[in-house]
Amino acid sequence: MIDILLHIALVIGIMLGLVMIAAGLIWLERRTLALWQDRYGPNRTGLFGTLQVVADMIKIFFKEDWIPPFADKKIFVVAPAILMISILLSFAVVPFTPLIGVVNLNIGLLFFLGMSSFGAYSIVLAGWSSNNKYSLIGAVRAASQMISYEVFMGLSLMGVVMLSGSFNMRDIVLAQQGRWFFIPQFLGFIIFFIAGIAETRRLPFDIPEAESELVAGYHSEYSGMKFGMFFVGEYLGITLISAMTTTLFLGGWLGPAFLPPIFWFLIKMFAFILFFILLRASLPRPRSDQLMALGWKVLFPLSMLNVLVTGALVLYFKL
Amino acid sequence: MFSILRSIWLTFIHMFHKRVTVEYPEKKNYLPPRHRGRIVLTRDPDNQERCVGCYLCAVACPVDCISLQATEDENGRRSAEFFRINFSRCILCGYCEEACPTDAIQLIPDFEMAEYNRQNLVYEKEDLLIDGQGKYPGYNFFKHAGVDAGVKAKGEGIDEEKPVDIKKLMP
Amino acid sequence: MNIIFYIASALAVFATIKVVTGKIAIHCLLYLIASLLAIAVVLFILGAPFIAALEVIIYAGAIMVLFVFVMMMLNLGQASENAESGLLDKKMWIGPSVISLILLGEMIYVPLNQRAMPLTLTIITPAAVGQLLFTKYLLVVELAAFLLMAGILGAYHLGEKKKQVYHRFLKKGNDIK
Repeated sequence: MIDILLHIALVIGIMLGLVMIAAGLIWLERRTLALWQDRYGPNRTGLFGTLQVVADMIKIFFKEDWIPPFADKKIFVVAPAILMISILLSFAVVPFTPLIGVVNLNIGLLFFLGMSSFGAYSIVLAGWSSNNKYSLIGAVRAASQMISYEVFMGLSLMGVVMLSGSFNMRDIVLAQQGRWFFIPQFLGFIIFFIAGIAETRRLPFDIPEAESELVAGYHSEYSGMKFGMFFVGEYLGITLISAMTTTLFLGGWLGPAFLPPIFWFLIKMFAFILFFILLRASLPRPRSDQLMALGWKVLFPLSMLNVLVTGALVLYFKL
Repeated sequence: MFSILRSIWLTFIHMFHKRVTVEYPEKKNYLPPRHRGRIVLTRDPDNQERCVGCYLCAVACPVDCISLQATEDENGRRSAEFFRINFSRCILCGYCEEACPTDAIQLIPDFEMAEYNRQNLVYEKEDLLIDGQGKYPGYNFFKHAGVDAGVKAKGEGIDEEKPVDIKKLMP
Repeated sequence: MNIIFYIASALAVFATIKVVTGKIAIHCLLYLIASLLAIAVVLFILGAPFIAALEVIIYAGAIMVLFVFVMMMLNLGQASENAESGLLDKKMWIGPSVISLILLGEMIYVPLNQRAMPLTLTIITPAAVGQLLFTKYLLVVELAAFLLMAGILGAYHLGEKKKQVYHRFLKKGNDIK
């Protein structure tokens, strides 16, 4: 009984921690973007502007939560919730440390892929239910982008699965003792990261919400906390992709013993988060068809090649 | 591919560059003396109002934010009965300063005129008048003017010839 | 686990009924997705986690997104809703439902008349599925691959753009006057 209660407390703790990290990322992104653009960013509220998050939250909670009369009300309300739920559920299989983690699922990686493909619904339904042409175009772009990049995301992970011989995330981390997978699986690592950017619809691949063309894309009509859910969902997505890259390619919690495992995990994760922000600061947005061409003509053959070569090498050396 | 990596690197390097932001309320930029900011009415060296109520500034104003009414004291010296500038309309163009024949209206390097109430942006004469002479110290219009307004007698002014006696034939 | 199994099954049945009776196409599709997810849960409980994950990734995650995509592009309005209401007329549904009821009767009859077999729960790992696919069912996998290849080629052919010549002087077969 006490075990179950402890586990529930752990789950709630992880969830709260993740939402806090995601909210804090709003501040972190604004500060670091400013740093790379020779500005200061929010530095007025609290120490280094950290209370900006609180101010933003107060603002977003008290904003008018407007549902346009021409929208499909039920789907309009459900869509942002789907995003949050699918991303938070994906975190269930992430092993933060040997002790901290929600479940130890033997198909953990597949569960992650399933949930991330589920996130596409949120965007598509949000765009459709807004009943607005810009939202619809955003939704169409999001659907094509996310479905295509899911393919390479899954394929690029197959090399990791072959090397570790398991879909279980803990086994994958433990298989990386002594040699992190980003060395033998460098191609897979790059493809997974690019696909991850496209999956989270981050800049430079923020084609579904491209402000300069589509107002705000699929969430043009959203306001108040529903918009807040999309906003926090985006940062949760960044955290998720960073956490997954860390677990799958950078040895998760593994690291020299002078720091506890959770610190190693967080350090690696935040390095990736910062790289996400750096990408946003430095790269322009490609056209929709350029993104598709990159995906299907470059990344798809490369990931297939990666699967083929890795499979051949694993068979040759291990069996 | 190389150019993408290069641009990422160049952006990263910007971390160590100097920041261009000036943190305004704590650190203020240098404003040159001729900066066109808030409008003031100056006084002459005798601490009298320079404004003679000629309406030229009100005419020159492109947004019609100046309104005034001239009056005359017992010596015949003209001045403004009221002088009102609506700073919520003023565009700080400085045309009034150019039009002013007596150098009374001047723009000074101060632009911090934020108010919570729009009505507070309407400045009356007592708000506009300052005690100093502004950008042109030592200038006294009535010392140069041809009229006797209690400052000096007719013909006594600087560079002023004696009035011609029209009853005489001599030049 | 039993309770979860029954909840998931009930949800699957309920969602499927809503798919048939719903009037707005997108809402029906959402119920279909919910039904697929419930079936994934059932599969997971029955000891096939790999198939459950594939159900979520491929059916709910990819194929249904394409369905939603098409529905979204068509943007059916009030007219289609009226047409859907017409389909719920008595003479429209009575035939199919009679046939379905007969099938349901058979499906109830067959297991009831068999000897009771205890449901043995064997968890099938992804590795076992893979081994079966590439040994016993290799031919089927290859055939499916051929089918997909044909599909890809067909899509490529349909999506191919003819090179357009915009200037009338450069078009073939046009006499230059």
